[in-house]
Amino acid sequence: MDFKGMKNYLYWLYCQFELITCSYLMEPWEKLLFYTFNITMLVTILYTAYIFIPAHISMAFQFFWHFFGNQHENTVSVVK
Amino acid sequence: MANPSAVCNGHLHHHHQKQNNLLKSGIYKKNGITKGMKKNGISNGTLYKKTFIEHFEQAPMYVAVLTFLGFGVGTVFGYLRDFMRAWGLEKRNVATEREQQKDFVPLYQDFENFYTRNLYMRIRDNWNRPICSVPGPQFDLMERVTDDYNWTFRFTGRTIKNVINMGSYNYLGFAETDVNALKTVTIELQKYGTGICSTRQEMGTLDKHVELEQLVAKFLGVEDAMVFGMGFATNSMNIPALVGKGCLILSDELNHTSLVLGARLSGATIRIFKHNNMQSLEKLLREAIIYGQPRSRRAWRKIIILVEGIYSMEGSIVRLPEIVSLKRKYKAYLYLDEAHSIGAVGATGRGVVEYFGMSPDDVDVLMGTFTKSFGAAGGYIAGKKDLVDFLRTHSHSAVYATSMCPPVAEQIIRAMKCLMGLDGTTQGLQRVRQLGKNTRYFRRRLHEMGFIIYGNDDSPVVPLLLYMPGKIGAFARRMLEKNIGVVVVGFPATPITESRARFCVSAAHTREMLDTVLNALDELGDFLHLKYSRYSKSSHPELYEETRLELED
Repeated sequence: MDFKGMKNYLYWLYCQFELITCSYLMEPWEKLLFYTFNITMLVTILYTAYIFIPAHISMAFQFFWHFFGNQHENTVSVVK
Repeated sequence: MANPSAVCNGHLHHHHQKQNNLLKSGIYKKNGITKGMKKNGISNGTLYKKTFIEHFEQAPMYVAVLTFLGFGVGTVFGYLRDFMRAWGLEKRNVATEREQQKDFVPLYQDFENFYTRNLYMRIRDNWNRPICSVPGPQFDLMERVTDDYNWTFRFTGRTIKNVINMGSYNYLGFAETDVNALKTVTIELQKYGTGICSTRQEMGTLDKHVELEQLVAKFLGVEDAMVFGMGFATNSMNIPALVGKGCLILSDELNHTSLVLGARLSGATIRIFKHNNMQSLEKLLREAIIYGQPRSRRAWRKIIILVEGIYSMEGSIVRLPEIVSLKRKYKAYLYLDEAHSIGAVGATGRGVVEYFGMSPDDVDVLMGTFTKSFGAAGGYIAGKKDLVDFLRTHSHSAVYATSMCPPVAEQIIRAMKCLMGLDGTTQGLQRVRQLGKNTRYFRRRLHEMGFIIYGNDDSPVVPLLLYMPGKIGAFARRMLEKNIGVVVVGFPATPITESRARFCVSAAHTREMLDTVLNALDELGDFLHLKYSRYSKSSHPELYEETRLELED
C-alpha cells in the first residue's frame, strides 16, 4: 500500500486540473466560487445518476426481455 | 541527427519527402541525386545542398480541447470580474473612460483589452522583469513582489544572482564585460564621448561610421552598406523609401512588426503568402503579373518579396534557394531581413545566404541588425552601391534619425573583426561553431525528451510549445525558482492556442549550463505534463552522444 506514492499522484492530478482550468491563476475567492460550482454540478450529476440509472437499466432489461421473454412465458405455461 | 518520422511543415514539398527517405538510408550530404524532379531545367536536388528539416508537429486533439476549456473558464471569470468592476463591487485598477465619455463609442471593450485586463494581468509578473547586469549567459534579476495580484509591483531590494539566461538574443556571446575584450571600445569612448547630436545627413557621419560600413560590406561580400542607429527603424523607415504607391509587396504571414509597419507606411499594396510556403508565393506572383494593379490593370511598378532569415517566433529558416529561383523567374526583388540569422547561422556566421551556399548577389536588399549577434544596437542595409547611395539620400532614417553612437559602432567593429578573423585569433570561428554545437545538442535533447519543438534543426531560436494558458505562468515562475530565466510568449504575439516558451541558445552557454537547463526542463515537463510529442526518440540518449558524424563542421 504505497500511500505516499498515491498521495503524490493525487496531488499531481490536482495540479493538472488547476493548470488546465486556469484555476492556478485565480484569486482565492474566485477559486472558492469555481470549486463550489464544480462540486455542486458533480454532486448533482452523481445524485441524478444514483436515482435514475437503476430505474433506466431495469426498464431497458424489461424491454430486451420482451424479445426473448414471450417464449419464456410460453414455455412456462406449456410446462404447467 | 534527423528524426525520420518527423512531421515537416504541413505543406509537404515532394523533394523533402525524398530527402527524408534518403535520410533513413543514412545519406546526409546530397547534390543532384533526385531523379525526374526537374523544374526550369534545374534539377531540384541542387537547390538545397544540405538537408532542410523543419518540425511543426501538431499536438494531440485533447490538448486543443483542454486549451479551449482553459480559455473558456478564463473568459467566464473575465466577464464576472468586468461585471463586478462595472457595478462597483470591486475596485477599478484599469483604465476606464471618464463619466462624461460614457455615451461615446466605448474605448476598452474590444477583445484585446478584455484579454489584457483579465488574462494577461494574472500572469504579468513573468514579463518586463528588470535585470541589473550584462545579459550574458548568466545575469542578475531584481526581485519583485506584488501585493495585489500583479496590478502593482514593488522591489524588495534583493537581487537574484546568476540566473541562467535563456531569453536574451546573445547568439555569439558578445554581450560581455571582459576588460580586455572591450579595450578598443573604451578607447573610442574616451575619444568620441557618447553622443552624436546630429543626423547622418547633417553632421552625424563620423569616420567610425565609414569604417563600419566598409567592414560590413566586406563581411557580407557586397558592394556597399549603410548602418542605422536602431534595428526596428531600419526596416520601418527604409521600406517606404524603396517602394511606394503602385508597387506590390509580397510579405510572409509571420513577418516581424517592423516589416509590417514599413510596408504599411510605404503605401504600396500588400499581399500575404502563407508562412514559408513557396506554392502560395508562386500563385501570388503569377496573379500579380497576369492581372496587374487592381483597377487599372497596369503592370506593377515593382514587386518586392519581404522575408526574414530566421523567424523568431517559429524558429524556421526561410527557403532561400526556392525564393531566389522564383524571383528570377518572375522578375521580382527580394528583401531579406537577417535580424536573427546574421552571425547565428552559416559556416562562418555570414547568415542564411552562406547557410544555403548562395551568393549575396542573389538577394537585392540585405538587411540585418547588430542587436542580436553583435552585442550592440542598430541595423544595416547592404547591397549594390546604387541602392545604398539612393538610401543615403532618400531614407527617412538618414535624414531625421540620429546616427549610431561611436562606442557602439566600435563594439560592432571589434565583434565583426573577431568573426572574420582579422584580429589574428580564431575566436570568432570558435564562437560560431560553439553556437552550432549548442544548438544541435539542445534541440536534439529536447526532441528526445518528448517536447514539441518548432523550427529548423539549425536555428538557435527554440520555441517549446505550452498550449494552455495556465501553464504559461506556471512554467515561467517555476523556471525562475530553479534560477533559470525564460521568455514565455502568448497571445497576441502567437496564435491564441499556441503559446510557447522561447529559448535562445548562445555560444557563451557551457555544456553544464545547458545540462542544468535540460534537467530542469525534464523535471518540469513531467510535473506540468508538457511532453506531448508522439515522435520522441529512444530512452537511451547516451548512445547518441558521440557517435553522430559532424559533417558540416
